[in-house]
Amino acid sequence: MDLVSLAVESIFIQNILLAYFLGMCSFLACSKKVDTAIGLGFAVIFVLTITVPTNWAIHHFLLRKGALAWISPSFSSLDLSFLNFICFIATIASMVQLVEMVLDKFFPKLYHALGIFLPLITVNCAILGGSLFMVERKYTAIESVVYGFSSGVGWLLAIAAMAAIRKKLRYSHLPDGLKGLGITMIMTGLMAMGFMCFAGIDMKKKPEQSSVPVKEMAEKQHPGN
Amino acid sequence: MTSASKKMLMDPFSDNNPITVQVLGICSALAVTVKLDTAVVMTLALTSVVTLSNVVISLLRNIIPPGIRMIVEMAVIASLVIIADQLLKAFLFDISKQLSVFVGLIITNCIVMGRAEAFALQNPPGASFLDGFGNGIGYGIILIAVAAIREFLGFGTLYGRQILPESYMGNGLALLAPGAFIILGLLIWLQRTISKYVEE
Repeated sequence: MDLVSLAVESIFIQNILLAYFLGMCSFLACSKKVDTAIGLGFAVIFVLTITVPTNWAIHHFLLRKGALAWISPSFSSLDLSFLNFICFIATIASMVQLVEMVLDKFFPKLYHALGIFLPLITVNCAILGGSLFMVERKYTAIESVVYGFSSGVGWLLAIAAMAAIRKKLRYSHLPDGLKGLGITMIMTGLMAMGFMCFAGIDMKKKPEQSSVPVKEMAEKQHPGN
Repeated sequence: MTSASKKMLMDPFSDNNPITVQVLGICSALAVTVKLDTAVVMTLALTSVVTLSNVVISLLRNIIPPGIRMIVEMAVIASLVIIADQLLKAFLFDISKQLSVFVGLIITNCIVMGRAEAFALQNPPGASFLDGFGNGIGYGIILIAVAAIREFLGFGTLYGRQILPESYMGNGLALLAPGAFIILGLLIWLQRTISKYVEE
């Protein structure tokens, strides 16, 4: 249940693009056509689902404070977390390369569909941002898989919707200075406002309000147990 | 200062602004602009990273093999960002907490990579220094403008000082994500109308 609520939260409520502004550059550049937007969205889901858990493992077993204690106890006070940035970006770059080679070998159809987008993803801030948030929020291994996947889905949702809106916008008459980037930013703002409505969804268990009285009642009825 | 180097320095301020015209580095322009102090610190961090990375990459430009230039650029930028992050943690801990992941995200900020790729690889260190500095400041101008509007509307303060009377309720929208998008959109409109830039 916690994992489901984490997924819903990172897809809708705390959408990585609309609430944290990550991946804006490719969002603005690639949302002109629906097809490319969806292709890029799937590539982002794919790469986020792989890199967030990988970086979790690197952080957890190598870099965080005391992580190297398994080599020798004298390393237990060692804190390498300042190397997070450079290790994460190196992991992302090499994972993207690896994914590209695997797809080319085993799933050539998907590889051609994603085309040029895969290498571009290395410099998409949503990918590095996902890994950095994973460290900051102290997710566990399974949570980081769910988080990576669902923030990718949230990003796909946002860019696909924006591409559809921009397709309609092409026929509308706008002031010169507002064309392109300006109106796209304002539309994104309105979309972010729409997504904020999801904040009303609360999937977390209410803090023991309903369960405690039931338990007490059960104890009263069966005092022996 | 010659007119060419002046142009190099001043162009990114308005006519070739990294945010409103080149469309680079939007993510952090929105995320760190709730208050002026974070925006100013972010501007300083980014300006120093982009200036130094331009200089370093320009110095290395003749010995970097073209095939692996992206990785070299990435390594240079990531090391500079680590230094900036450690300095912020040491001297401005509170603000560094507020900036959270966005200092780290300077690595993937398209301005740094874009200037390294488009300018520093072809030009000598002096020119690259001016270009990097100009772009950092051009980014900062927009960042500080957005932050000033958001802080003023949201809290009625500027740089933590009360400007509007205490009875001002504060406009929550300006502090939330949608407000940031809309304010930046309007600023882009304004800037493009002044500089007469039209996107087809």
